[in-house]
Amino acid sequence: MTDNGRPRTLFEKVWNAHTVREQSDDSPAVLYIDLHLVHEVTSPQAFSMLRERGLMVRRPEQTIGTMDHSTPTTPRNELGIIPIADAMAAKQLDTFSRNCSDFGIPMYALGDEHQGIVHVIGPEKGLTQPGMTIVCGDSHTSTHGAFGALAFGIGTSEVGHVLATQTLLQNKPRTMAVNVEGRLGEGVTAKDIILAIIARIGIGGGTGQVFEYRGEAIRSLGMEGRMTVCNMSIEGGARAGMVAPDDTTFEYMVGRQHAPSGADWDAAMAYWRTLPTDDGAAFDQQITLSADELIPMITYGTNPGMGMPIDGAVPAPADEPDFNKKTALDKALAYMDLSPGQRLLGKAIDVVFIGSCTNSRITDLRQAASFIEGRKVADSVRMMVVPGSQQVKKQAESEGLDDIFRAAGAEWREAGCSMCIAMNGDQLQPGQYAVSTSNRNFEGRQGKGGRTFLASPLTAAASAVSGVVADPRVLLAD
Amino acid sequence: MEKIRHISGSIIGLPANDIDTDQIIPARFLKVTDKAGLGKAAFCDWRYLEDGETPNPAFILNQPAYAGASVLVAGNNFGCGSSREHAPWALLGAGFNAVISTDFADIFRNNALKNGLLPIVVDRDTQQQLFSLADEDPGTTVSVDVEAQELTLPDGRRVNFPLDGFSKYCLLHGVDQLGYLLALEDDVLAYEAGNPQRVTTTD
Repeated sequence: MTDNGRPRTLFEKVWNAHTVREQSDDSPAVLYIDLHLVHEVTSPQAFSMLRERGLMVRRPEQTIGTMDHSTPTTPRNELGIIPIADAMAAKQLDTFSRNCSDFGIPMYALGDEHQGIVHVIGPEKGLTQPGMTIVCGDSHTSTHGAFGALAFGIGTSEVGHVLATQTLLQNKPRTMAVNVEGRLGEGVTAKDIILAIIARIGIGGGTGQVFEYRGEAIRSLGMEGRMTVCNMSIEGGARAGMVAPDDTTFEYMVGRQHAPSGADWDAAMAYWRTLPTDDGAAFDQQITLSADELIPMITYGTNPGMGMPIDGAVPAPADEPDFNKKTALDKALAYMDLSPGQRLLGKAIDVVFIGSCTNSRITDLRQAASFIEGRKVADSVRMMVVPGSQQVKKQAESEGLDDIFRAAGAEWREAGCSMCIAMNGDQLQPGQYAVSTSNRNFEGRQGKGGRTFLASPLTAAASAVSGVVADPRVLLAD
Repeated sequence: MEKIRHISGSIIGLPANDIDTDQIIPARFLKVTDKAGLGKAAFCDWRYLEDGETPNPAFILNQPAYAGASVLVAGNNFGCGSSREHAPWALLGAGFNAVISTDFADIFRNNALKNGLLPIVVDRDTQQQLFSLADEDPGTTVSVDVEAQELTLPDGRRVNFPLDGFSKYCLLHGVDQLGYLLALEDDVLAYEAGNPQRVTTTD
């Protein structure tokens, strides 16, 4: 599929198919949005803007709401209700319910059997589809790019724009091909791929760009692994990351509630098959990683770019020639209470968190459970397992994963963002160290004064049973 | 939105790179349903001691010499991380009307411009010069001419900064972007007529 014979990238095809107005010297492009996901935290002021101007939601049938960020994940009471202890959170959730109801937006409330993290339920329900434009007031909207959608996070003003007009003003980003060639070794996962990419390009390396993840190692990942990779595109500064749809994508979609069926499926497939980047299409930039050389990754600092192979040593600020970078590294090591040259393997930890829109899907939980089965969480460690959605929770329970986690001494919680963003009471105490499968190790992200090592579910599980930062490959070999 | 043609104010430096929006406004303050009152929480975990209330005297925002500073000079890649628009709301609430850095994260930049907080991109040398000036001479002021896209430094040197034509027009004329999009209704209808609705959330 070419445009006047010129080969095009996946990104260009989706962009062009959604351009209501072309970009000009005077104004950004106007992009049509196929699917708008909303949640309680970044939407209230947008709904207020609509009310102030007497506007309706233009396309409620292309909009969906779920409660996730500020919701408790504590167990249900005897009535089957998840109690909300925090009055401000309760008010925000109530406001969200009223907004969705008043504007006719379907919404999954706390405890509903389809409620969950916005970036888990979109794919799970078949709402996320190849070739769509998808936005949400959440930077991890990049997750949906795993399906070959152009998906990115927006601010609250833009949430209002999309609610009212189903369009967005956007300057066309540049493209970067991120090639991951070769095969992953035992114990090395999608999370390690993306942590390695971000460690290489830095937290701002993708600013102004859309990534397309390519190569054998990406093709070999299942949809959930691809979601993990795309999810953290924003941690490399890119608003969106995409993977070309293929049979893995189509097999995942078959039979999902909102996926097309019958003749609609055939029509959709005809479009989806045209999406992969044409041979010879040009990217503005390229990088290549070898999956064969990857080992489990872990972060040591206070942004996701401060990552290293798990057997590595913490870098020394004295070796950093750039003053600003040296300042940031000094500050990070002071916050993390780590020393230059220190190794993280064997470092005692307090908490293990398995969850978040990065790693809370069923394959993540299976990986962690397969590791935990027959082992015990170290006495010194609190391990929390927070499924990404009520559907993931149900699936995990039908497979007995909850029993495996509980038997090992881990907490099995209700669905939500939980300790990834620490808005709901699930948080680290000052000074605690956590190995977390989430996406951000910023200062205080998981609780004021808390210290986060980002890693894969396997590394998190290995660390939970060891009581210290541990390399899952060693225990896998046992 | 108010028209913004010129601003001037005293500078304050936060030289760390990659200041993320969780530092600008921690997530626990996002349980609000309006925009008011977020200024107090700007840089909360750096600005206050353990109790969350007592100003940390070591943090530059609390130092009397920098009281009233309204132009923040920051390390590279300011505003990375979360898409929360609460970040520019908090900075505006804390009295800032411009941030100067070598580059900004995309979403923060968009959010800032929509709220009249100017993200001003300068080169490394200018950034470093401003850090030094802020450090050595608290109260030093700079001024910004939006029309000319010019930042005037204390020594009188003028530095151009990039600003896309549309954002500039919106700032200068106080135009709000939603109004612009609403006026394109016919184009949107034409688009919808020519393209399939790709998903329905209501069935």
